[in-house]
Amino acid sequence: MIHSMSTTTISDILTPPVHPTGLNGEEQMDTAFDDIKGTVGTQTVDDPKMSAHGVDVFYGDKQAIFDVSLDIGNNEVIAMIGPSGCGKSTFLRCLNRMNDTIPTCRVSGSMSLDGQDLYDPSLDPVLLRARVGMVFQKPNPFAKSIYDNVAYGPRIHGLAGNRAELDDIVTESLKRAGLFDEVKDRLDSPGTGLSGGQQQRLCIARTIAVSPEVILMDEPCSALDPIATARIEELIDELRQNYAIAIVTHSMQQAARVSQRTAYFHLGKLVEVDDTNSVFTNPQHELTENYITGRFG
Amino acid sequence: MSTSQLLIIALVLAALAFFAGRARAWAVAGESGGIRSLHSLPIHHGAMVALWCLLPALVVIVGWKLIEPAYISAVVADTVPAEVSAKGRQNVSLYRNEVENLAADGDVSDVTDEGKRLLGERLIAQRSSSRIALSLLVIAIALGGAAFAYRKIAVPMRARHSVEGAVRFLLVSSASIAILTTLGIVLSVLFESMRFFQQVNFVEFVTGTSWSPQTAIRADQIGSSGSFGAIPLFTGTLLISAIALLVAVPFGLMSAIYLAEYASPRVRNIAKPLLEILAGIPTVVYGFFAALTVAPAMRDFGQMIGLSVSSESALAAGMVMGIMIIPFVSSLSDDVITAVPQAMRDGSYALGSTQSETVRKVVIPAALPGIVGGVLLAASRAIGETMIVVMAAGLAANLTANPLEAVTTVTVQIVTLLTGDQEFDSAKTLAAFALGLMLFVVTLVLNVVALYVVRRYREQYE
Ligand SMILES: Nc1ncnc2c1ncn2[C@@H]1O[C@H](COP(=O)(O)OP(=O)(O)OP(=O)(O)O)[C@@H](O)[C@H]1O
Ligand SMILES: [Mg+2]
Repeated sequence: MIHSMSTTTISDILTPPVHPTGLNGEEQMDTAFDDIKGTVGTQTVDDPKMSAHGVDVFYGDKQAIFDVSLDIGNNEVIAMIGPSGCGKSTFLRCLNRMNDTIPTCRVSGSMSLDGQDLYDPSLDPVLLRARVGMVFQKPNPFAKSIYDNVAYGPRIHGLAGNRAELDDIVTESLKRAGLFDEVKDRLDSPGTGLSGGQQQRLCIARTIAVSPEVILMDEPCSALDPIATARIEELIDELRQNYAIAIVTHSMQQAARVSQRTAYFHLGKLVEVDDTNSVFTNPQHELTENYITGRFG
Repeated sequence: MSTSQLLIIALVLAALAFFAGRARAWAVAGESGGIRSLHSLPIHHGAMVALWCLLPALVVIVGWKLIEPAYISAVVADTVPAEVSAKGRQNVSLYRNEVENLAADGDVSDVTDEGKRLLGERLIAQRSSSRIALSLLVIAIALGGAAFAYRKIAVPMRARHSVEGAVRFLLVSSASIAILTTLGIVLSVLFESMRFFQQVNFVEFVTGTSWSPQTAIRADQIGSSGSFGAIPLFTGTLLISAIALLVAVPFGLMSAIYLAEYASPRVRNIAKPLLEILAGIPTVVYGFFAALTVAPAMRDFGQMIGLSVSSESALAAGMVMGIMIIPFVSSLSDDVITAVPQAMRDGSYALGSTQSETVRKVVIPAALPGIVGGVLLAASRAIGETMIVVMAAGLAANLTANPLEAVTTVTVQIVTLLTGDQEFDSAKTLAAFALGLMLFVVTLVLNVVALYVVRRYREQYE
């Protein structure tokens, strides 16, 4: 159900209009969902770093992602938004083949990094994951010291020639994640002993320490205060100069602040994707509009 | 009524009291505006009445049984013939015993000795009157207790607190039984050991390097004064345990890693129980295996490559013991490795590490406290193991670190010291208790150290 509507301004979004049909949200959602024929907006970019085409994902018999096609451009931050359980994490995990670790999970369709097929049998997922890093929804520090948590990636990839170089990488990564000042006196204490928000930043530092080309961030700021969030958003902006970034977030403001493009997922389908600005000011699909105006989801 | 019948009656009364109390609580609740007005639930009231019925009755039964023998012997004392009492107390009790035996079947009419028959009859009469009195008393107390509690049932009655208190008391006493038993064992071993150390110098025992516990049986024998230096036994135990751990830790740990990280669910479901069967094989069977298969094979192999391996060797015993304790290491390690959250592995994979890097550098360090626990459990099992070493390691108390020679262990010596006909207060038999005490202390220290290490590590990584 594509709106042939003229213009929507931010103030319209903030004062949601009364829905003309008077149906309750649930029924609306169903009727609208039946109408999701394809994705609204521009799925491709001129200079894609990664691209997905016709991706379906199943957990056992249950389908979690339906025919999603989406590009992630170089030097671009793409935000993925949508109601809980709509498949954002699932889609993200396909991009570095983390779904391989879930025995029931099956992926079909094509995905590529720099034009190379991700699910090609000759591709080594270990090498892929070194290039496509991931920050998980739930912080998952290792049972090691803070230092060793960050040094883990550089060590296994041999990124540092000596201890001093490793120290530099660790310090630099912690600083960029905005954690260094809080932990500089206790780098030897366990990473699992940090607070939830500190753990989240530790996991971000750990990911950027191996300098991946693409970073997938699954709600990286869900446990952070506004100051730490601002620091991470700055980091994302900084990283964009060299990398491609996909970020899942439940904060519309955050998506608007950090991303160039925004993708709206709904019940496993990609409903709409376009420039962040136009998605937020002029959503083309009724579901997208309902979501960003806070009518449901 | 016999005591067991009496117990059954008390229990039945308690059950009836429970139902009566519960019904009464319901009734009280009904009169005063519903179940919610009661302080305690009807079931608590019922339980309280039952406890009041049962516990005093039990106390009376136990108390009665404790004082009954003394009471009866005091009552029948005048029936013991004067010529027996004149010969002293020892004689009286002998005579009493004899009569007790005659009266055991409840009928002494066929006893010819006049005095004995009279005493027997008195005993029987006393017994039965005591029994009747006890029965009446117990039933009266049970009913009285129940009635007392029954009448106390009221809206504000705090029956729940009494019942919770009783439950708590029950739990505390169960826990104390285990602790008290341990304490009893330790104390009995300690006292026997002290008797041993009155005969043999403690320092000599713990530092002596020669063990030959044969003491002279006759005073005129020479050359066998016995020497009790426990060092060779402890080195034997340590040598064999070390060999066992050298076998069990690598194999157990690696099979745990395979099962937890690499095996498909089907393989795991078959292989894990199979491995655990190893723990169910009786140790005596391992003993055969060590003595009849492994030790000769090792000797032959030794001959082939020009080594002299004695037919009973620490190596054979240690290796077989190692196989026996593999499941302790593998099963516990498997559990803790499986318990490491998948998210931690995901974190490692997402940084581009391989499966073996993830296992070695993330999973094992996270699971280490549990693994150490498993290894220490296996170690104390190895130190205490007896059967395999009895059959395969020999009896010779050699002080050696060479695993190809025969050695003996603390447990083997305890067995040989105590088997056969022994005088129970010779230094030789008492030495067994001293050895047991030392072994106990060693394993205790090991466990305390292990707990400390594991706890330090836990604090760090949780
Ligand atoms: N391991 C799994 N096994 C089976 N089903 C799964 C698994 N992981 C996710 N799902 C299902 O797939 C769907 C999408 O889940 P996903 O985690 O991708 O949602 P999400 O958009 O990230 O939600 P949230 O915003 O709450 O994180 C859900 O219906 C979920 O129940
Ligand atoms: Mg998610």
